[in-house]
Amino acid sequence: MLPLSSKVLSIKPSGIRKFFDLVMQSDDIISLGVGEPDFVTPWHITEHAIYQLEKGYTSYTSNYGIIELRREIAAQLEKEFAAFYKPESEVLITVGVSEGLDLAFRTILNPSDEVIVPVPNFVCYSPLVHLAGGKAIEIDTSPTDFILTREQILKALTPNTKAVIIGYPNNPTGATVTEAQLKEIVNVCKEKNLWLISDEVYNQLVYEDKPLSASTYMRENLILLNGFSKAYAMTGWRIGYVACEKDVMDQMVKIHQYATMCAPIMSQYAALEALKHGEKDRERMRQSYKMRRNIVYEELKSIGFDVLEPKGAFYIFPSVKRFGLTAEDFAMRLLTEGRVAVVPSTAFAEGNNDFIRCCYAASLPDLKDALSRIKMFVNTL
Amino acid sequence: MRDNIVNILRQDSRTTPSEIATMLGSTEDVVRAQITELEKSGVILQYSVVVNDELLDDDSSVVAFIEVKCAPERDQGFDHIAQRLQKFPEVQSVYLMSGVFDLLVVVKGRNLREVAAFVSSKLSPIANVVSTGTHFLLKKYKENGIVMGLDENRSHRLNVAF
Ligand SMILES: Cc1ncc(COP(=O)(O)O)c(C=O)c1O
Repeated sequence: MLPLSSKVLSIKPSGIRKFFDLVMQSDDIISLGVGEPDFVTPWHITEHAIYQLEKGYTSYTSNYGIIELRREIAAQLEKEFAAFYKPESEVLITVGVSEGLDLAFRTILNPSDEVIVPVPNFVCYSPLVHLAGGKAIEIDTSPTDFILTREQILKALTPNTKAVIIGYPNNPTGATVTEAQLKEIVNVCKEKNLWLISDEVYNQLVYEDKPLSASTYMRENLILLNGFSKAYAMTGWRIGYVACEKDVMDQMVKIHQYATMCAPIMSQYAALEALKHGEKDRERMRQSYKMRRNIVYEELKSIGFDVLEPKGAFYIFPSVKRFGLTAEDFAMRLLTEGRVAVVPSTAFAEGNNDFIRCCYAASLPDLKDALSRIKMFVNTL
Repeated sequence: MRDNIVNILRQDSRTTPSEIATMLGSTEDVVRAQITELEKSGVILQYSVVVNDELLDDDSSVVAFIEVKCAPERDQGFDHIAQRLQKFPEVQSVYLMSGVFDLLVVVKGRNLREVAAFVSSKLSPIANVVSTGTHFLLKKYKENGIVMGLDENRSHRLNVAF
């Protein structure tokens, strides 16, 4: 084999690959290791996409995406968050938030630019920063209940700091910012002239307060990312969007145009249907996650875990420290002895071996079964 | 609260009051009291199971949907006939309908002959029954919101992802 890109080679394969392979091969387990809804896409959304395909909508679209969808997104951002983005030039339809993250980093980073990445967090932030030529500066947020604070940002600040990325409600912790906490992050970014990249893919899945968006408080130097995967159970459609100011978008769209061309047309129509007529389904699923959140949180507490009540997304992140095991050992033994799969925190923060991520987007009977297995396993420790 | 309890029990009537309380952020006592009230007031009539009859070994029963046209009675409308019909144990459901017929009667019997006999000897002769049209059920795909057999509309996600 001829030499490969040294940049790609420098990305380490995830240390828990082996554990993941084992989980994949096990079939008599209950998995709380997933990262997506247990619902299938609401039928009217799927049906609308099929209808559009039948009508012959099988072509490329504008690089930005179909204008109807961009208009709908802009209208919703305005209505819900008082955020104003021009559908013609400030909204870009992407292949999931995943593509949006890649675009954001590649659009703003120069070699040696630093991005502040609070961890634990969604696994792709740091590798994507690295691939875009930047340097991820990871900040451990476990001392502050997984909320990035002003002090943490100021402490990590160097002359090379270019951007901050946040993702609240958070995967894997379920932590969710309050309005005050979000404003605090926004204000530091404004004060210190930093880009803020806000991954808001879970922002509709909150259980106590109303959904928040950084776009309510910031426009210049904000790159807003969102999508349909979580709130509308549409992970497989690969559809999301970026909203930012035109000057940034003009540059960003070049990458999207050459690397991706456009998001799949059927997924764009599905997303349009989701925004126009999917609110009831979204709310039904949110209520259902909330009830399951309550069950899981109470039961994990009563089993003896130290655990924060997650306020959003569909993850709960108990500490396993008091059981005298590392998260990786706990997860491995829970899998082989208790037949339940969870993800150890090392997957989301390299040095953090204290927590396990449990996804409660599982059926209630499975969830109860998993909890009683966890309880039995913990009793053997 | 009441509606939420009913919805949870609709999904799984084995859910305990303590679980419901946790799910709804209430207390077990409050939930118990609500359920008692729902039972007393006749909102909750029964806790039953949904069965896929086709998979039962001795499933040889037949079901018929019978459209019944009848002459309404003075002051009573169709209530009197409906009340007579619902007394028969063979009758599973009775609905008053709009449209070209009046009552839809669902009848269950051991075989075709038994259902036919019920229609001709019991149902048709009832005073004010004008005519009947019998449709036998061939296969159930979905009933009361529940898909019979393996639901292909379930998630096919992988066991683990970030
Ligand atoms: C925080 C976060 N951002 C982004 C994504 C990816 O979303 P999409 O399916 O829109 O690419 C995920 C998926 O797990 C996530 O957890």
